[in-house]
Amino acid sequence: MAQSTKVQQPKPHIAEEWVGRVYTGICIFILIVAIFSMVYFVASRGLRTFIGDGVNPLELLTGLKWNPGGEPALFGALPFIFGSFSTSILAALIAGPLGFCAAVFMVEIMPGFGRKFLQPVIELLAGIPSVVYGFVGLSVIVPLFRDIFPGQGIGIAAGALVLSVMILPTITTIATDALAALPSGLKEGSYALGATRWQTIYRIVLPTMLPALLTGIVLGIARAFGEALAVQMVIGNAPHIPRSLFESTSTLTSAITQSMGNTVMGSAHNNALWSLALILMLMTFVFVFIVRWLEGRSKI
Amino acid sequence: MQQYGLSAKDLSVYYGPKQAVKNVSLDFANKQVTALIGPSGCGKSTFLRSLNRMNDLIDGAKVTGEIWIGEENINHPKTDVVSLRQRIGMVWQRPNPFHKSIYENIAFGPRYHGVKNKKQLDEIVEQSLRKAALWEETKDRLHKSGLSLSGGQQQRLCIARSIAVKPSIILMDEPASALDPVSTAKIEELITELKQEYCIIIVTHNMHQAARISEKTAFFLMGDLIEYDETDKMFTDPEKKETSDYISGRFG
Repeated sequence: MAQSTKVQQPKPHIAEEWVGRVYTGICIFILIVAIFSMVYFVASRGLRTFIGDGVNPLELLTGLKWNPGGEPALFGALPFIFGSFSTSILAALIAGPLGFCAAVFMVEIMPGFGRKFLQPVIELLAGIPSVVYGFVGLSVIVPLFRDIFPGQGIGIAAGALVLSVMILPTITTIATDALAALPSGLKEGSYALGATRWQTIYRIVLPTMLPALLTGIVLGIARAFGEALAVQMVIGNAPHIPRSLFESTSTLTSAITQSMGNTVMGSAHNNALWSLALILMLMTFVFVFIVRWLEGRSKI
Repeated sequence: MQQYGLSAKDLSVYYGPKQAVKNVSLDFANKQVTALIGPSGCGKSTFLRSLNRMNDLIDGAKVTGEIWIGEENINHPKTDVVSLRQRIGMVWQRPNPFHKSIYENIAFGPRYHGVKNKKQLDEIVEQSLRKAALWEETKDRLHKSGLSLSGGQQQRLCIARSIAVKPSIILMDEPASALDPVSTAKIEELITELKQEYCIIIVTHNMHQAARISEKTAFFLMGDLIEYDETDKMFTDPEKKETSDYISGRFG
């Protein structure tokens, strides 16, 4: 009797266990297949520029002239790479301190008001479609810059400003969470030594949460790096390195969206755009690895 | 007044409408350990926190009455809280070292009070660590993270950190209750060592600890100071019934 129950009882559990395993296994399989096929697709198309069309990868990365459809065809993507990096890093430089200060305000200075009203408002920024950002940038920021600075108003400055607002929620949310998760004794310890509130925030709170803040900033840069539509609307889309922040230029993403529809699949121009996509993808990987590394550090 | 490191007069603490400490008057002697005992929620920690104005940081907390250090009432809106906290160190239940190196943990306070000279800072760090009986264990790794130390070592680091700003009074809020017996013994030894120089006020839940390390004991109940006397007398022949009930473990 005792033996037979022992044998029978575990059965439903084992079945359940297997259903769970198979189900999660299928899900993860689909995910992995999707990711790998995407990487493979982008890589195989992107590499055709070098293998099929015989373009030197160095030329793509360092060349200054972009005219893949022209005669002779030129594949210099450095202006785009420069545009992507400069807009997203400049955006992070604007949004990083803003996000940190917003987080400090919401957690340290006015927790009630900040958490109840400010945080939802900032998180709302993340839900606004990028075309709206682009439109606002085009009709507000660009004319403003045109009036103040020499030039057309379009360019890196306008792109970075639009992007900074777009990535502000990412940075603020991560900084707020990190700030709220600090052990409360830490601040008290600093106050008890006679430090003022600002000394405490600047010397104790900021260094302690720096890895988390940097994680937020890198995620923000990654998002800015991949953003296409809003940037394309305000950056001007001229394929050269600008001499000022207020001169028309392009980014990797804007170059792709700008010409993808006008090229024939399989042509050298089309392949070159895939190469740009490959660069974008590889850069995103790099950002993800940086975030991982920072998170590993923050645990110590 | 001079023999007292710190005196509280009619000190009351309110959290909103609730009175957590009720008109407590206590004198703390220099170079002595005074233990505050009582059941949880009796107001002893709240009382302790109001002595270096830490209750200022809590929304809705109000402290009335007077706290005298020498000739100065420090429970006054015009008191410079920053320099006050330099004179009164504090150690918490849970060790709370900063996420910095051992050296920086200690140099943090002095630096803010104007010590910029590297040599002077080195000296302060060494002295403070020696006083906290931590120098031998840490002298070879001063630039390692303070969090790499064990719990007991972290607590001694926190004590060293508060000594570094040269206070005359040290407040301790259950400094050993999160530690194992060996570390507790070390902290108690250290407290006995430190009382030769400082006025130490310690909140503890551990009656034996109070008996072991303190000269005087104050018993709190429901926000009231019930009894305040020599520790020996309190534990052998208390005046009040509540005190003897608590000490003998009949409640609390």
